[in-house]
Amino acid sequence: MVDLSVNCAGIKSSNPFWLASAPPSNSAYQNCKAFEKGWGGTVWKTIGEPVMNVFNRYGGLDYNGQKIFGLNNIELISDRPIETNFREIAETKKLWPDRAVVVSLMVESKRETWHEIVKRTIDTGCDGIELNYGCPHGMSERGMGAAVGQVPEYCKMITEWVTEISTIPVLVKLTPNVSNIQLPARAAKAAGADGITLINTINSIIGVNLDPFELKPNVGGKGGHGGYAGPAVKPIALHLLSQVAIDPEVNLPISGIGGVSNWRDALEFILLGASNVQVCTAVMHHGFRIVEDMIDGMTNWMNEKGITSLDQIRGKSLPRIDNFGNFDLLNKTIARIDQQKCIHCNLCYVACEDTAHQCIDLTEENGHSKTEVREKDCVGCALCSLVCPVDNCISMVRIDDGSTSKTWNQLNEEFRKSGKPMTWEELAKFQHKHGIEIH
Amino acid sequence: MKNIAPKLQADQYERNFSDLHPPFTQNAATTEAFRCLYCYDSPCMKACPTHIDISTFIKKISTGNLLGSAKTIYQSNWVPLTCAKACPVDVLCEGACVYNTKGEDPIQIGRLQRFVIENYFEKGMPTLFEQLPKNGKSVGIVGSGPAGLACGAELALLGYAVNIYEANKIPGGLNTWGIAPYKMRREDSLKEVELVKSFGVDIKTEVMIGKTVKVDDLLKQHDAVFLGVGLGESPQLSIKGEELSGVVGALDFIEKVKTENWTNVNVGKRVAVIGAGNTSIDAATEAKRLGAEQVYIIYRRSDVEMSAYEFEYQLAKKDGIVFHFLTSPKQIIGKDSVEGIECVKMKLAEPDIRGRRKPIPIPGSEFTIHVDMVIKAIGQETKSNFLSSIPNVTLDEEGCVIVDQTSYQTTNAKIFAGGDCINGGKEVVNAAYDGKKAAQGIHAFLSDQSKGEK
Ligand SMILES: Cc1cc2nc3c(=O)[nH]c(=O)nc-3n(C[C@H](O)[C@H](O)[C@H](O)COP(=O)(O)OP(=O)(O)OC[C@H]3O[C@@H](n4cnc5c(N)ncnc54)[C@H](O)[C@@H]3O)c2cc1C
Ligand SMILES: Cc1cc2nc3c(=O)[nH]c(=O)nc-3n(C[C@H](O)[C@H](O)[C@H](O)COP(=O)(O)O)c2cc1C
Ligand code: SF4
Repeated sequence: MVDLSVNCAGIKSSNPFWLASAPPSNSAYQNCKAFEKGWGGTVWKTIGEPVMNVFNRYGGLDYNGQKIFGLNNIELISDRPIETNFREIAETKKLWPDRAVVVSLMVESKRETWHEIVKRTIDTGCDGIELNYGCPHGMSERGMGAAVGQVPEYCKMITEWVTEISTIPVLVKLTPNVSNIQLPARAAKAAGADGITLINTINSIIGVNLDPFELKPNVGGKGGHGGYAGPAVKPIALHLLSQVAIDPEVNLPISGIGGVSNWRDALEFILLGASNVQVCTAVMHHGFRIVEDMIDGMTNWMNEKGITSLDQIRGKSLPRIDNFGNFDLLNKTIARIDQQKCIHCNLCYVACEDTAHQCIDLTEENGHSKTEVREKDCVGCALCSLVCPVDNCISMVRIDDGSTSKTWNQLNEEFRKSGKPMTWEELAKFQHKHGIEIH
Repeated sequence: MKNIAPKLQADQYERNFSDLHPPFTQNAATTEAFRCLYCYDSPCMKACPTHIDISTFIKKISTGNLLGSAKTIYQSNWVPLTCAKACPVDVLCEGACVYNTKGEDPIQIGRLQRFVIENYFEKGMPTLFEQLPKNGKSVGIVGSGPAGLACGAELALLGYAVNIYEANKIPGGLNTWGIAPYKMRREDSLKEVELVKSFGVDIKTEVMIGKTVKVDDLLKQHDAVFLGVGLGESPQLSIKGEELSGVVGALDFIEKVKTENWTNVNVGKRVAVIGAGNTSIDAATEAKRLGAEQVYIIYRRSDVEMSAYEFEYQLAKKDGIVFHFLTSPKQIIGKDSVEGIECVKMKLAEPDIRGRRKPIPIPGSEFTIHVDMVIKAIGQETKSNFLSSIPNVTLDEEGCVIVDQTSYQTTNAKIFAGGDCINGGKEVVNAAYDGKKAAQGIHAFLSDQSKGEK
């Protein structure tokens, strides 16, 4: 039997799918409806200082006819009175004792203010606290959100104010808008946080309207940077997740966020070390109902693979993360085109010819064009297979027998030992010896 | 038959009866699935008589959860492969797709469903549903068409012992031997039969209830009975010459096309099909694809009154079928075999109180069409002889079994019914829905009964 339950920093839920702190988790009505649909947990829309939103607050990035590849927002934290939020959080937790209810917080940088809100939050009976150090707009200008997340010292200080009095797990939600994500993560660790949440939204301008030259979203003629989320940010989120997950100085459970739209995405996050995932944009696009396929698809996949618990696969891809210097230079792959499957769009040809290594020949055969890889010249960059619109038509085949391998670091070491400097000529000799020709 | 159309090469038959809508490749299915808007409370789902949660099953294709997709489909419909291939999707789900309103092609729901279900069968039908433990009760089902199969599957999962009795040699009803081969082959239907059998449903073929087994014995053996007997052959034309060699019923002819080697099915060089319903179109196109040189459809009303769907009409025209509208057969001419059919031109009278315009012959407009074969396809008779012999079951004036709209219970509390025998002939998907709903009706009835006993 597949068991989807997870434990993130002591916060337990029946499945790994939580609503991220955002509009979908704004109220008791919404969170309860989400639980009815099957969501394992929720991070309540951030509560804290009094705020007021502008009306128009979202911008969507459509790509090739697909709506909302990315979503940008200039929304603030919850604009509902804090008393209403506290009351509804308590009611929701009472109604759904088996789901994770985490409350996201953001107040001004004063110790007493933090103490006050943390105590009141714990009184609601919720399962955990998430500290929003990520919001990149509106709040950061007021010294909160990303303004905290970008300065590890602030991050540590405020987290300490919370952990020193909290009796429930504390997650620190990081902003991706930093050059080294490990620094704020370490600060959170040093301050006694129980876990890390990442990522919040990425600084962005979603677009400019070509006609009146207005920014999107356009607020009465003005616009500015907002936070970017949705499928488009997933690769960035995966990277930042992996950076924190492999950092021995952090070593905390991680709640992963950023472009999770389905069970496959969720598995990728878990393979890179996430304890669970949180979802915002995909829910905003299609509603709470998407969790049904998330649960069903993940269960079916695990059944097929004979995996019974997510603990068995958590972080399983992390050991593969390595530096370029340790990659094998002699692991040779080349492209092969399946002539049976080819539909003669010649996209592989033009990609290789114009932008790669000019090693696909375009000829005529039986009244249509024929593309064929000149294997001795192919460097195996895989661009042709990426542009090919037909599944499994161009495959990247390994052609070395695996008997020799050499990494850049090893090669450098050999040169160092032999006392020869690494010159272009010497490198060419090495390549030639292994049948590699670079034109 | 006087002039039998020359036989074709085996590969020519295969080509003539090849898939009207070929299967999707994985790539195409995914692309099409991504095009689906995943509407909420979607109109396609409402338009489907079995209310398959279409946008959800399509969403699951896009995430690669094909097993989950199959489960979503089976939750509503027990013969989804047949439905995927044979449903008139233009007037059902695809006709309701919001893309039509946007002025774009609707999502190809039928082909996507086919993709999912074929994948499910290729995977060897992995278990999708938990079966409740046996509850000690048994239900007898008459007929293994889509109505009977759906009823049986549903009941078996609820813990009933289910016996299906089927008069024919092969199970599946019209799914197996009625639906045009260019829509689906017999093997497809038999796969769906296998799935139902895998739930422990026992199917006894060549058992004609009323003949091989008496209705009384059936009622004694089972706690409840479901009637899914469908309809019968096309009625008599009641004109001269009907007994000539070369005059056949549409159902008889179609069954041969579905169950015999195509080279063994004789078809006239020139063929007249009488009637213009969907079955008439099937008979005409199948005759043409078997090698008939000229096929006519003769119908006494005009194209407006014709009950065939627009897409079936277009298909027939594409096949080169010639339509004689406002034409009625007067007599079939020939010595021993059909040589021709004498027809008379008709005109439509003013609408009567029900708005129907009665066709009336135009005197002196008689003409003869030279044909070698006449296929009768003016509807299907109800099995009223058999049905009226069943105690306390009531039929309406058309010969259809009267049932309660929600429970599908007949006027005999122990007997339920669904499919063509209650609606006078609709689609597979309606029969599939009836069968499932009737199973729930039977379950409620028998559960109430056990409560009463306790
Ligand atoms: C030529 C033709 C083409 C069609 N094409 C399509 C199509 O493309 N798409 C579509 O959706 N619908 C189509 N239909 C309609 C569709 O086939 C029917 O609506 C559907 O099969 C009805 O299902 P059923 O279970 O009620 O009856 P049937 O499928 O008719 O099954 C009834 C079964 O009961 C058995 N039976 C009858 N009496 C007894 C008895 N006394 N004892 C034991 N067994 C008995 C019969 O042998 C038969 O197997 C077509 C119909 C015809 C005639
Ligand atoms: C409209 C909107 C409002 C958001 N508000 C908050 C918030 O109040 N607090 C917070 O921590 N994150 C907030 N986020 C960020 C999300 O919780 C999440 O980190 C981000 O959207 C990335 O996930 P996604 O790709 O699934 O959308 C918001 C995101 C969006 C799109
Ligand atoms: S989604 Fe709802 S709140 Fe937002 S603009 Fe549309 S109608 Fe208004």
